[in-house]
Amino acid sequence: MSETVEREVGRARARKEDAHLITGQTNWTDNIAVNGLLHLAILRSPMAHARIDRVDVSAALERPGVIAAFSGRDVAEAMGSLPCAWPVAEGTVMPDHPPIAVDEVRYAGDPVAVVVARDRYAAADALEAVEVDYTPLPTVLEIESALDENAPLVHSDKGTNRCYDYRTTDGDYAAAKARADVVLTRRYHQQRLIPSAMEPRAVVVTPLAASGEFTLYSSTQIPHVLRVLLAVTTGIPENKIRVVAPDVGGGFGSKLQVYGEEVIALVLAKRLGRPLKWTESRSEANLATHHGRSQVQDIEIAARRDGTVLGLKVSLLADMGAYLMLLSPGIPILGASMYPAIYKMGAYEFSCTGVFTNRTPIDAYRGAGRPEATFAIERIMDDLAAELGMDAIDLRRHNWIRHEEFPYTTIAGMTYDSGNYEAATDKALALFDYDKLRAEQADRIDHADTVRLGIGVSTYTEMCGLAPSRWLGEMRYAAGGWEAASIRVLPTGKVEVITGTSPHGQGHVTSWSQIAADVLGVPFEDVEVMHGDTLLAPHGMDTYGSRSLVVGGVAVHEAARKVVDKARKVAAHLLEANEADLDFADGAFSVKGSPEARKTIQEVAFATFASHDLPDGMEPSINADHVLDPETFSFPHGTHLCAVEVDTETGAVHVRSYVCVDDVGKVVNPLIVEGQLHGGIAQGIAQALYEEAVYDEEGNLLTGTLADYLVPAAPDLPEFLTDRTETPATSNPLGVKGVGEAGTIASTPAVVNAVVDALRPFGVRDIRMPCTPERIWQALQPGKEASA
Amino acid sequence: MTHISLKVDGTTYEDDVEPRLLLIHYLRDRLGLTGTPIGCDTSNCGSCTVDLDGESVKSCSLLAVQADGGEITTVQGLAQDGELSELQKAFHARHALQCGYCTPGMIMAARDLLREHPHPTPDEVRHGLEGNLCRCTGYQNIVRAVLDVSEEEVKA
Amino acid sequence: MIPPAFEYARPSSVDEAVRTLADGGEDAKFLAGGQSLLPLLRMRLAFPELLVDLGRVPELRGVREDDGTLVIGAMTTHHHVLHDPLVRRHAGLLAAATATVADPAVRHRGTLGGSLAHADPAGDLPAVVLAMDGELVAVGPRGRRVIPAREFFVDYLQTALAPDELLVEVRVPKTDGWGFKYEKFHRVAQAWPIVGVAALVRRDDGHIAEARVGLSNMGSTPLRAATAEEALSGASDPDAVARAAEEAADGTRPAQDTSGSPEYRAHLARVLTKRAVLAAAGMG
Repeated sequence: MSETVEREVGRARARKEDAHLITGQTNWTDNIAVNGLLHLAILRSPMAHARIDRVDVSAALERPGVIAAFSGRDVAEAMGSLPCAWPVAEGTVMPDHPPIAVDEVRYAGDPVAVVVARDRYAAADALEAVEVDYTPLPTVLEIESALDENAPLVHSDKGTNRCYDYRTTDGDYAAAKARADVVLTRRYHQQRLIPSAMEPRAVVVTPLAASGEFTLYSSTQIPHVLRVLLAVTTGIPENKIRVVAPDVGGGFGSKLQVYGEEVIALVLAKRLGRPLKWTESRSEANLATHHGRSQVQDIEIAARRDGTVLGLKVSLLADMGAYLMLLSPGIPILGASMYPAIYKMGAYEFSCTGVFTNRTPIDAYRGAGRPEATFAIERIMDDLAAELGMDAIDLRRHNWIRHEEFPYTTIAGMTYDSGNYEAATDKALALFDYDKLRAEQADRIDHADTVRLGIGVSTYTEMCGLAPSRWLGEMRYAAGGWEAASIRVLPTGKVEVITGTSPHGQGHVTSWSQIAADVLGVPFEDVEVMHGDTLLAPHGMDTYGSRSLVVGGVAVHEAARKVVDKARKVAAHLLEANEADLDFADGAFSVKGSPEARKTIQEVAFATFASHDLPDGMEPSINADHVLDPETFSFPHGTHLCAVEVDTETGAVHVRSYVCVDDVGKVVNPLIVEGQLHGGIAQGIAQALYEEAVYDEEGNLLTGTLADYLVPAAPDLPEFLTDRTETPATSNPLGVKGVGEAGTIASTPAVVNAVVDALRPFGVRDIRMPCTPERIWQALQPGKEASA
Repeated sequence: MTHISLKVDGTTYEDDVEPRLLLIHYLRDRLGLTGTPIGCDTSNCGSCTVDLDGESVKSCSLLAVQADGGEITTVQGLAQDGELSELQKAFHARHALQCGYCTPGMIMAARDLLREHPHPTPDEVRHGLEGNLCRCTGYQNIVRAVLDVSEEEVKA
Repeated sequence: MIPPAFEYARPSSVDEAVRTLADGGEDAKFLAGGQSLLPLLRMRLAFPELLVDLGRVPELRGVREDDGTLVIGAMTTHHHVLHDPLVRRHAGLLAAATATVADPAVRHRGTLGGSLAHADPAGDLPAVVLAMDGELVAVGPRGRRVIPAREFFVDYLQTALAPDELLVEVRVPKTDGWGFKYEKFHRVAQAWPIVGVAALVRRDDGHIAEARVGLSNMGSTPLRAATAEEALSGASDPDAVARAAEEAADGTRPAQDTSGSPEYRAHLARVLTKRAVLAAAGMG
């Protein structure tokens, strides 16, 4: 009876979540059908900046099947201003942000009117009948010109396009620079990206008019945060709002948001007393779902001739777009601590200026601040190696924190608990066959081959597990970074885990089951995980920033430990033994020395349910809650290597091989970890080679559909060879570090470094992302060398 | 209104529809077959892929009236008597889905691919799926899952 | 997004289709496979009052031989074209280029006639049919006429078809014995070509006797690289081909858009012409 249960943590369990997804028994928000459901459609500005002179919805109201139609002015008071929770610096300029524009539109896509109709077809037709008169206003579209003296103002009432200035320094950079043999200065451009989760956004609100209660279903990453902020924004009491994130088809940060459409649907459902649905089309999503990245990065590195890095100076211009969304100002600052990365140095200066432009607002996109940091440091390290005539790996090895030096506090003030850059790098180099590729590269140069080989390196680290609440407070973020978990052992011995994380592809149901099953000693199959509904899982901070496992998963672990502690009291009582004399293994308590005297946790659960014979004074429950506030971040790391072939005649880039060895600490489910890396790498390669939101001179988005915004398909990506090293985190009992963003953070510089490496013999030092064939071809034209 | 008759996942439906009604909206909004989702406006993403008379089609780029008289299979019609199809099993076993939004279309496209190339190379799998976008998996495990199924058939 | 409302007709013969369109007034339009038209309708970039669906006109489908010519029904799908044994045997260039059109699901619905009548210069097939010296057969209220491909593509999305005419057949001369290659250069698998080059080469005694080069996306219509074709005649080695290919962009007027500048497109036309001709000539 005491057969040893195989440990769940570490097993490549196929996911519990798959069953309904592979059979089409899904619950996407747009699937929801309720009696009397009405459909919203939103008219959006065709102009990047204009005064609204007139909005007339009367003709739309005459259309068949139209129930209501409103201009921004009609509903301004009830809808309030969309929240920004992260005024990252003193004096951050916080413009008013009505969900439907009232006086001015500030980007192409800004909502100007809404219609409500009996079905989606009638709603779409009615939009054509809304009349709007605009007076065009001058636009500011480029980050680099937003602060020009004569630049038009996005928010004229604020008198500036400057949103904030943020600075942090440690050590004396000027002195470091003075001592340096080599100082490299580079300007890198993080292009504007469209997150492109496969499920466009959707919202359904069902009101209970009599009691003033509302259920809001949304394709969101943050049901809990959304509930709080919908209450704050609309004045509807928080305890009258239930938010449900049903199946959510990807987010990548784009659904870490409080969107105008969520507020619009809620307020109109209240006003009309009818259930409402809004579903975004892809072309609407490209305009109106927040964009990512969009920064100009000035970076300077000071080093000695032997390669020793002395200091780093970073100065960013960060695009906010037309308005501040939930986290817009804070996103570039999330990278502030990560520019020094894995390298030791004595001085660091960081500054960032946020600017407004007449384009779609910018906010979190997978990695959020950290891919930008990793890109800049890993790009300039490659350039420094080239400048010094060193191998790119050797330069890194010379500067990185050695494994015996952990814990290590970086110049940016982050204390890395653990890591082993040597091990990951050595493994990656072996898998990649680095030396052989270098030989082939040299051979192609010797033969003046028209197709050149380039090798790119990225030895990244990142900060995961957002976030210690105290740190967030110091960073002026409005909320905390804890996570909640509850565990209920039901009378029949089945287990319910309630988590405050809100998965949308990450496989929490499976991983949390594995964690709980191990601690409780119950079968994996006996665990159900509930999430994404503020009624079922009332407490949570949701899913973003590679936080779920490190904070939420650890909270599950801790709650399960509490359950065992409570069960131990009951078991000791039932077995007439001291708690201290009980062993707990494989889901059963037994008395030391007499293993036949045992009680399974299921038996204890039933005994507690019956409560006929509990210890005196004990509450009749072994269920437990845990709210975990992490004490620190976690720091996964890894080495990514990329080989590209560049066709110097056409500029085409072909990714020939991609190898990565990541150390994400203890692995709960290798299948899921590998999957997270795969997707992340693909998105990072996409930034390096394919994707960019492009605007014309008037501020119209030219990449408004998936025909123009080039999300790579299967033939556009290589096979990735992934492997791992495992250096457990010392900052949490599971030893986990997080993996959601690692691939994205690591891969972009690996690919661009490879492209530039292939072109260095031609004098090329940089190719702006995405590294399109034309940009590469241009860089190879005599006298047209790419920007240095 | 135009009268149409369609067999979907084994059931015959007769309806009067507006000519402009997209097949995907007919499936989702009229028949309540919400297993097939919509991901774009331009036939690029392939989320809405279904099988019409033995060929994969993008149901967002087809009018319901164009499919009149046809026989449609959606992802909801693949499992037989509770037994998952080989592709469904392989997608699960290989972790070939994360958020799952592209999965119905991806499975339908893969089914079409294997019908045409029962034993594809990895490269043929990638090209066969070029009309279906996935944002989560980097396609790695999708390709593996499809190859698994083709190898299963070789053994059988 | 959602198409605007329209009337719908589904004729079962060419005569009925032509008649229905004529009766439908100015804003009546034929619906072929719909793979270009449906996205345009959904984006509300087209507002037809009547769509005449050609999907149930059997005489518009299929491939047959007519002596030295292949006759392909306008409603023959891409999928059918690229698998058709006659096309593969006698018009390999068309089969090869068709295999690169969009993706399998789109190829199941999209038709050869539809993509030619749509006349997008970025499309793959207009340049191919142009390179093959194909002919397009139209039927209208005034009868039937044959339009050479060289006269068919008039301007951006404009053809020589009268508003009331229906494209019923595509006729391409058999190119047995010719070498062929379609070089498509695009940024991702699904994207339109930045430039596409369709090459047909007939060799004689070690040199190129005749070369025909069609260009996709090098102007407001598909184009023939006439100067290069002339220069290729007689070329007997790769260097001569490369020199001739330098003329490939002569007389073209490529557009500026998010995927390329005119000068880059001109450059690509030259490089891709060289590669396509070398491959077609078996000199690659």
